Parts: sequence; structure tokens; C-alpha cells
Amino acid sequence: MTSEELSDDDLGSIISLVRTRYGYDFSNYAHASFRRRVIRVMETSALRPNDLLTKFLLEPQYVDEFLTGVTVNVTEMFRDPGLWLFLRNSLLPEIRRQAQSFSVWHAGCSSGQEVLSMAILLRELEMDHLVQITATDIDTVILSQARAATYPAKQMEANVKNYQKAGGIGSLESYCTVEGRQVRFDQALLSRVAFRKHDLVSGGSFGKFDLIMCRNVLIYFNQKLQNQVVTDFHGSLNPGGFLAVGAKESLAWCDVANRFMVLDHDEKIFRKVRE
Amino acid sequence: MSKAPQEHPPAIVLIAGSAGSFQAVCSLLSSLPGQLPVAVVVCIHRLKDVRHGFAESVMSRSGRQAAEPVDKEVVRSGRIYLAPANYHLYIDTGRTFSLSTEEAVNHSRPSIDLLFQSAARVYGHSMTAILLSGANQDGAIGVKAVAAVGGTVYIQDPHECEVGTMPRAAAALLGSEYVMRLAAIQAALNRTLGKRP
Repeated sequence: MTSEELSDDDLGSIISLVRTRYGYDFSNYAHASFRRRVIRVMETSALRPNDLLTKFLLEPQYVDEFLTGVTVNVTEMFRDPGLWLFLRNSLLPEIRRQAQSFSVWHAGCSSGQEVLSMAILLRELEMDHLVQITATDIDTVILSQARAATYPAKQMEANVKNYQKAGGIGSLESYCTVEGRQVRFDQALLSRVAFRKHDLVSGGSFGKFDLIMCRNVLIYFNQKLQNQVVTDFHGSLNPGGFLAVGAKESLAWCDVANRFMVLDHDEKIFRKVRE
Repeated sequence: MSKAPQEHPPAIVLIAGSAGSFQAVCSLLSSLPGQLPVAVVVCIHRLKDVRHGFAESVMSRSGRQAAEPVDKEVVRSGRIYLAPANYHLYIDTGRTFSLSTEEAVNHSRPSIDLLFQSAARVYGHSMTAILLSGANQDGAIGVKAVAAVGGTVYIQDPHECEVGTMPRAAAALLGSEYVMRLAAIQAALNRTLGKRP
């Protein structure tokens, strides 16, 4: 399978079949990266476009494997340490000054590294008992990985480096135990976290939050879908609530952009200032 | 012999490199016409956790304005864009930039192959891709995709590169007729750009 072998027609047929048969709509995903993901899935399983269509028709359970393959699940703990430092020093203390309790939504949480980073940060700030965290992803397979909070040990070096730059006051190793080539984080860290399946494309609201973390998820969507999702985020935020997106993501072309103010331009943190 | 310089007036010029390419990139940028009739996208492999300072050093060395695009920004003529660290950069439908944090390809993120392949799908022959000094194989598949749609490809002569591995791999895949010295690439590029009204 090479990139030339997946025509736009083939890709359209795949998107259309997955939508009608399974209800997942990838038609407004960013074309270039989604195409590349589908090619990767086909390469990994040595499938041609027609084989893939046949699998969708004959093996309903295959769609779960497909979801895991086409969604991007590469992440680190405390990715972009500057953001985490800002959360530690400014944003979370500000939230504590304003409220007795608060809620966080990690939208598109993938394998949970940022959820865990947040949990560790909140514990170090002694705010963990004040929070309710909801972490959602489209992919149930990746959600169970997030629940297990177990990651390859080889990722720890990068995680520790990020943790230190992010102002960590202890040692990241103290939150986990090494089990062979894996590190398992303390399950108690996740005691305030509810993981649930949610597809940002189908939208809908399931609560109000004080902080929404959705970093490096919007990049996989086209502008139309970004606009729809950011509108949903706006609706899911309490007045004065915060939205953190990825370092290279922009709200500039979203309809609700002017209902947010920029709190930190570099770390891409926005505050809801209007309903 | 000179199959490489087809000299379609391009709408976009992609400049990519890795180890040893920084000087060459800056030299290329400073030699471009002041009023750029094209968009220029620079993709250099660099440290993933150094987010600031790169654009500044490119600007001070080349004397040109340059900036990292945000996701879904429209590619505009006259601008110089730099691929951000720790993301893949695609050219997407409607001539927009699209970013991704997918795993590294050929140990590289940004991947030159992904940038070149995606641009080839969107721009077809209206593009020029330049591959400079570097220490791995990234870019070889990319230049092949560009040539396949009729785009112009220049590969820097490995002999004058600080690290010749990358251009050598590309030349091995695509053909030695695309190989030129940096001075010749500059001359050819400016000739094509000057052709536009």
C-alpha cells in the first residue's frame, strides 16, 4: 500500500460506509492527516481499499480496531511544560480563589497522560479533593489504557524532563512503580476521574466545566468541525471558565472566538467572557 | 541531462533539510527576491523541546521575515513559513496548513516526506521542492512524489553538504539529474521566480 493507491474516491467510500454503518463521521476530519492514518491502518494489516470495505461489511467488531488505528494516540506527560507551569502558578490557584470545587473536562484524552499530569499537579497543589475530572475519547480501547495508567518505561525519561520543567515539586517516579518494561501509576491519582466514551463529532453537552483541556485534538479536524466543537466547548463552560488548546491551534476562525479572551497567547489558554 | 529544472512557475517553494542545512536555508532565503511571488515553507529537523528562538535565528541570519503557521492557516504568497518543532506539517485541502502529532516518520517530526507528499497532492506541478544537507533518509520519498506530479525538484550536491546522507538517499531514489550545487539551485530558483509577471 503506497499513498498513490488510496484514491479520494476510495477514501470517500470508506468514510461513507463507516458513517452509515457505525455512526462515526470522519468526513470533516482534516483530509491530509486522516488520509495518512487510513493508509497506515491498511499498511499495518496489509489491506487494500476493497479489503477494508469488506471488513467493515463482514466484521462489525473491526471498527474498534480501526478507530484505534486512525486516531492519533501519541502523547507525553506534561507535554509543553510551559502550559503546566502556567496552570500550576496562575490558573489553578486563581480557580481555587474563586470556587469551593471545580470541574475539568479532558476532551480527546487518548491514553490519559494529560489526565494523569493534571491529577499529579492537583495533588501537589493540594486541590485534588476539590475537583471532578471527566476524561473522554471516541476510542474505548484507548480509554481502558488510560484507566490502567500504565505506560512504557522508556517514555519516563521524557516525562520526567517535562515534569521538572513544569515545576514539579516532588519526583515523578514517586507516583509510579516499575513493572518490567512498564511503569504503573498510583490508581488513587485517578479516583476523581470519570472516563467515558464521547465522540466530539456527534457533539452534545453532558455537563458544565470550569476548565476544558483539549490539546492537539482540533488539529485533526477541518475548520468546519473545529468551529462546531469549539462552539460545544463554549456551551459546556461555566461563565469565566477556561479552555486550553494545543500550542499551534487557533480559535481565530471559530464563530464564538469573540466570546473568549486570550488569557495566555503562548500557551493558548482562553477564558469564556460572554455567553 | 537537465531533466530536473522544468521551470514551471511555482505557487509554493518547499525547502527542507536536517543536519548541516541551517546555513544553506538562510543563504537560500536571503537570495530570494524581496517581493516574493510565492509562498515559501521551510522544514528543518530540530530539537523538539526548543519552541522559541528558531524563527528569530532564521530571521536574523537571512534578513527575512518568517513565522510558524498555526493549524488550518491559509498558505499565502509572499510569506515564509517555518515548520513548528514536534509536529508534522501537512499542506491540506484548500491550500491550508494542517498539523499532526502522529509518531515520527524516519525518526523525524516534522517529516519532510509527509510535507512533500501532501503538498504534491494539493499543488501538483505548481511547486518546487528543495532538499538540502541531512543525516537520514527523510525526504527521498517526498521528492519522488513531487517529481511524479511534475513539480520541480532540486537536491543539493551531497559533495558540498556538511552531511550528505539525505541528498544521497534522495538522488539514489529519484536520479542524479536532480542534483545541483547550492549556487545553481539559487540561480535556477530565482530564474523561475523572476519569470512571473
